[in-house]
Amino acid sequence: MTVISSTKNPEALTLTLVAEFDASPEQVWQIWENPRQLERWWGPPTWPATFEQYEFEPGGKASYYMTGPDGEKPRGWWRITSVQAPTRLEFDDGFADENGAPVEDIGAGHAIVTIEEIGDRTRMTILSIFESEEQMKKMIDMGMEEGMQEAAGQIDALISEHSRA
Amino acid sequence: MVVDQLSETELDRLFQALADATRRDIVRRVTIGEYSVSGLAALYAMSFAAVQKHVAVLERASLITKEKRGREQIVRGNHDGLQKARQLLDEYEAIWRQRVERIADILAEK
Repeated sequence: MTVISSTKNPEALTLTLVAEFDASPEQVWQIWENPRQLERWWGPPTWPATFEQYEFEPGGKASYYMTGPDGEKPRGWWRITSVQAPTRLEFDDGFADENGAPVEDIGAGHAIVTIEEIGDRTRMTILSIFESEEQMKKMIDMGMEEGMQEAAGQIDALISEHSRA
Repeated sequence: MVVDQLSETELDRLFQALADATRRDIVRRVTIGEYSVSGLAALYAMSFAAVQKHVAVLERASLITKEKRGREQIVRGNHDGLQKARQLLDEYEAIWRQRVERIADILAEK
């Protein structure tokens, strides 16, 4: 199983998710470091993400948009606060206006990604911290569109399992 | 979906209420046991009126309930209110579970 555990703290508004992969820490680091790889998993297939700017260094900025089935393009930004290859990445993330400028009054969330070798597998832990009610709400609004794709994704996975068998 | 079941006003109240460290601490305490408002006030370096205000914000957000007992106001955690915050986190968790599955697929190509 890929996702090992998840811990939610509704009082502090945090989510901790632990996943393990059959890959090396360097390979898992790549899916964050390389924006072309990041684009393949950040958004679901029907809401692909495009990173127009990606400065993968402390203090670096990232800017992206997602393209919805009806052509809508919600935008987001990251501010990378810590990069320690291949073990730790920290960034703030939030929503942007149509010009890519951060909507500051919505506030920002913070994510801490840690990557460690566990035997011949690699464990990735993601801690998400929500800062403001508006920001969390927006995250969920955006997430709902993705959430609706969850069932479809599961069906796709089943089909591909069958075709491999 | 969860968000459909909550009005915008309810969501605003819920997250505004949880955006403050003292209020989160109050919620944690009264979810485990019951406290009087004066009992809570004794725990924090702030006035009784300030604590009373925090309690009122939490009550409006349906995170706690307040009940008069004699001369005391008894505060208890409201399970339903916290349940809403938990459901929102569930939604967010679903997003990340999907991402992790996609990451696993990409890594499996190698």
